[in-house]
Amino acid sequence: MFNFMKHRKIWYIISLLIILPGLFSIATRGFNLGIDFTGGNLVEVRLEQDVKIDQVRSVVEELGFAAARNIQKSGTNDYMIRTRELTEEESATLISTLEQKVGEVNLLRNDRVGPVIGRELTMNAIWALLIAAALMIVYMTFRFEFKQGVAAVTGLLHDVLVVLGIFSILQIEVDSAFVAAILTIVGYSINNTIVIFDRVRENLRTRKKGEALEDLVNVSLWQTMARSINTVVAVLFVLLALYLLGGTTIKNFVLALIIGVTSGFYSSMLTASPLWVELRLMEKKTGK
Amino acid sequence: MRWSKLLTMAAIILVIAALGITAAVPLPIFKDVTWLPWGKDIILGLDLQGGVHVVLEAKDTPNAEVNDESMKRAQAVLERRINETGVAEPVIQRQGDRRIIVELAGIDDPEKAVIDLIQPAYLEFKNELGQTIITGADLKDALEARDPNTGQVEVDLTFTSEGTRKFAQATMANVDKPIGIYLDEQLLQNPVVSEPITNGQARITGYENLEEAHTIAILLRSGALPVQLDVMEKRTVGPQLGKDSLDRSINAGIVGIVAILVFMLVYYRIPGLIADLALIFYALVVLAIFIGIHATMTLPGIAGFLLSLGIAVDANVIIFERIKEELRTGKSIRSAIDSGFKRGFVAVFDANVTTLIGAAVLYFFGTSLIRGFAVTLSIGILVSMFTAITMTRWMLHLAAASNSVKDPRYYGA
Repeated sequence: MFNFMKHRKIWYIISLLIILPGLFSIATRGFNLGIDFTGGNLVEVRLEQDVKIDQVRSVVEELGFAAARNIQKSGTNDYMIRTRELTEEESATLISTLEQKVGEVNLLRNDRVGPVIGRELTMNAIWALLIAAALMIVYMTFRFEFKQGVAAVTGLLHDVLVVLGIFSILQIEVDSAFVAAILTIVGYSINNTIVIFDRVRENLRTRKKGEALEDLVNVSLWQTMARSINTVVAVLFVLLALYLLGGTTIKNFVLALIIGVTSGFYSSMLTASPLWVELRLMEKKTGK
Repeated sequence: MRWSKLLTMAAIILVIAALGITAAVPLPIFKDVTWLPWGKDIILGLDLQGGVHVVLEAKDTPNAEVNDESMKRAQAVLERRINETGVAEPVIQRQGDRRIIVELAGIDDPEKAVIDLIQPAYLEFKNELGQTIITGADLKDALEARDPNTGQVEVDLTFTSEGTRKFAQATMANVDKPIGIYLDEQLLQNPVVSEPITNGQARITGYENLEEAHTIAILLRSGALPVQLDVMEKRTVGPQLGKDSLDRSINAGIVGIVAILVFMLVYYRIPGLIADLALIFYALVVLAIFIGIHATMTLPGIAGFLLSLGIAVDANVIIFERIKEELRTGKSIRSAIDSGFKRGFVAVFDANVTTLIGAAVLYFFGTSLIRGFAVTLSIGILVSMFTAITMTRWMLHLAAASNSVKDPRYYGA
């Protein structure tokens, strides 16, 4: 039986190798923020005729609506046009000018977000994350112990950082659905950790004298291994189906979930559990 | 082999399979049964059928200050305007001190709906000196019409008794002088009064078509907005994209669910079959609840539902793994099922409660679409805990009692 706890430094290093470049990227390049955060319009249109992307771009630029970001082709003849925030009249002008210049336009969606919303969204997200984490620690202290709560929350912080980092490195667009994805990952990650800690809790009751804590945790990990893998596989089935077959509007949301769920699987076993052992051992050394 | 138990088992499989099929697919033999499939009764969110979500914020202007009273009146005006257009189940909500959220689903031209919604529509009649004689407040009715003789499109105005009196006075005082008709400070018409009008009737002309006159008439009937409303956030989804999203999510959902069902069957065999039945039963219960509480299904809502399927599988997996362990220690199948349940459920419970905490926070802080996700996820979690302890347990016992499968290997051990 492979001993996970013996090699726990390796797991920490692997985590850091993923998280540190991510943090560096966040600090230097930040995120590719969608209009939910920056404000602006996102207009998605389906054109009846085959049109070059430059033609669409020139229309937007001539009207003076262009934002820093470019125009993207999202389907065969679907275009995502990002502009500065447009008034309702300007939106209508954009559509009618497009119809004049490039033929029939089928408006798929038109999202307009004022700059204030982005600030509120960010603040709400940060509050939500803090409150969720605090409530989870409270619940875990009540049902388990405080140190397990701290370890579990550290594990989910790990997952959040992994997802944030990868999204920053790959410069994938971040929108309000991404915030929901992060909070879902938090829920999933803690779910996974709790199933393992539940086993640890049970094994602690029948702990033999002299059995090292590392070994006890390691046994618990192996006992829950089949379940951990099967659950992750089941969830990934659904997420992959959504990613490959679902609509474009939820692609980034689902991608964040896929990364987060995978990271949650890893962190429950190889971050949260070892960290709890670490916290317990520290307590022994300081004699508290 | 106990045939009665086996028959019960077979009956359950048939019932669940039949329910599952009728809920999902319209069957040709039941063409006339309108409540089949169930999916039809689920209210689709605006992201799945096209529509618009707007957050409006009131701004202080020199003429009008924003306060609770003016916000209430603004909301009432918006409600009247929307009702006039006949949109089904609109959402009109106050948010905070000076915001109003409006959601309209299933409209063909969401862009135009927003423009019509926030038009101030302030009607005034002014005399030559620019003094206001009559305002929209004196108006009783406004109807679009077509002049039978000239074919010209017009809006016919009927004034209140107070308005009739004012209008009569004004026309008397202004014979041979123009009276300007202004909509939102914009001159529409500047007719010259030929004789006093005492019957309280007036008309505005100069529209391109009947549809334009219709919109103006609605705006005039439903009154002026007491404050200026600006669009803070607007999300429109065209009908085309809505349909695309719905079709795609259904496809993705079917593929994902079938993959889970096959996986469970292959990996856990007998318990896998039972888990599959429990899972279909679970999905039906969740669907029934969505229909029962008139939940609106959105794209994130579907994602939440599918994720909750994963969590429901997890509940079964945790319990089955426990049962396997108990079997390995040499227990009989039936006592292994009992103690496996008892031990497994503690983990399921604690894990799900923490996820529920996360969902509750998401609901509290989220916007409407994210809330849909939180609601479906929460319903899913609660139902999965219920089906895991009732349905799965009952069927496992039934399978064990039927004595059809004695070899623990078929339970994965």
